[in-house]
Amino acid sequence: MLIIPCPHCGPRPELEFRYGGQAHIARPVDPSPLSDEEWASFLYSRDNERGIHAERWRHIHGCARFFNVVRDTTTDQILASYKTGEFRPEAV
Amino acid sequence: MERFSGLSLLRHALGGHQGWKPFWREPEPKAEYDAVIVGGGGHGMGAAYYLAKEHGLRNIAVLDKGWLGGGNTGRNTTIIRSNYLFPESAALYDHALKIWETLSQDLNYNTMFSPRGVLMLAHTVHDVQVFKRHVFANQAAGVDNEWLTAEECKAYCPALNISQNIRYPVVGGALQRRGGTARHDAVVWGYARAADAMGVDIIQNCAVTGIRRDASGAVEGVETERGFIRTKKVGVSAAGNTSVVMSMAGLRMPLESFPLQALVSEPVKPDFPCVVMSNTIHAYISQSDKGEMVIGAGTDAYTSYTQRGGLHIASHTLDAICELVPMYRRLRMLRNWGGIVDTTPDRSPIISKTPVKGLYVNCGWGTGGFKATPGSANLFAHTIAKDEPHPINAPFSLDRFVTGRFIDEAAAAAVAH
Repeated sequence: MLIIPCPHCGPRPELEFRYGGQAHIARPVDPSPLSDEEWASFLYSRDNERGIHAERWRHIHGCARFFNVVRDTTTDQILASYKTGEFRPEAV
Repeated sequence: MERFSGLSLLRHALGGHQGWKPFWREPEPKAEYDAVIVGGGGHGMGAAYYLAKEHGLRNIAVLDKGWLGGGNTGRNTTIIRSNYLFPESAALYDHALKIWETLSQDLNYNTMFSPRGVLMLAHTVHDVQVFKRHVFANQAAGVDNEWLTAEECKAYCPALNISQNIRYPVVGGALQRRGGTARHDAVVWGYARAADAMGVDIIQNCAVTGIRRDASGAVEGVETERGFIRTKKVGVSAAGNTSVVMSMAGLRMPLESFPLQALVSEPVKPDFPCVVMSNTIHAYISQSDKGEMVIGAGTDAYTSYTQRGGLHIASHTLDAICELVPMYRRLRMLRNWGGIVDTTPDRSPIISKTPVKGLYVNCGWGTGGFKATPGSANLFAHTIAKDEPHPINAPFSLDRFVTGRFIDEAAAAAVAH
């Protein structure tokens, strides 16, 4: 089980959280002119990174807030966590 | 290829079993092939076999970064069934099931296919409604599936606890009698042996590191750890690592890779006569011919390539098993492992051409790819050879995520599939 550092509450066991998928996927600013391919890419295509992956988690049984985590998907080691709206730390 | 038979067994017995030859060669990669399959699991090895057997392509290679069948082929719980809800899925999985039924004879290799029946348990009113809908849809599509009461479930699988005072009592079940299990290693070994005999080069421990494309964008060949291999057709059958391989050709896939766990108990005498699955309490169990109880657990919540998973996932499944079959509380578990499964947004697979000319992909089997192995391989070979899908796999195209024509087994099957 992962120990996930919530930026609001501190380190807690994975069971308190819900996974939110790849982070930093921005909803298109002007959706109406998008082609079907662009919509499909936004909705369904994912980097599915083998290596360093920025992802969202939600502390559903805690503060209930979304935040971001950087994790190595080849070791499951968590390298950083930061609040929603902040930039991904450059070091990781 | 030396054909296996009672006579060959007797002949080798007289020679003290010293004369058996390796099942396949270990060739050096050639400079050029007509087609290259990336991934030597059951799906990839089978695709090579059908390319050689049904489509006459003999100058082909299967590349694997590890050893044959060392990925999900050797890590699954070997369950085979075809009772899916949607007509597209039922046709696909039943195509596979029909091949399973004669695969051992076809390959002259015992895949130990055992159609012992797959019983899917219902625990709630909702389960009953969903499963009966499955049963009726399957019967209308010509796929066997039948409804059993709790007592009939108990008669079919005497080890089950159908007491009404457990947390999720068994209220009935859907039984597919043609479903069952097969020996997972034997499937890939059988395909490899038969493909090798037709001239297919099986190259293990040779990871693909790049996909080279020409000026028009078409596939030119693959870069590997053992040099460049020229080919006009590349079939990617890399399961959990599909996104990684496809990114080498600049494609971003509608896939996420998750760890899926399984575990086996110590071997015990024959006790469990069929496969039992429960979506609601999330457990799958069958008994291997060696006597181990083979138990399938769930996926972890997060994407990962670690081929392991959280212990709480496995123990959640064991809670369910102990409630369904209380006497198994005393079984000791021997091994626990994980495989990386690539899941699509609609939980249906992709067997398809891609926007890159000469690049084909067979992926997205998620948590349930083993059952489809021969059918998937057969259809993938057709797609590669003809440069167009077979009618059965045409709906399972990559562009369904653009057109919106989903085959939404995610909603239909909930978890297990």
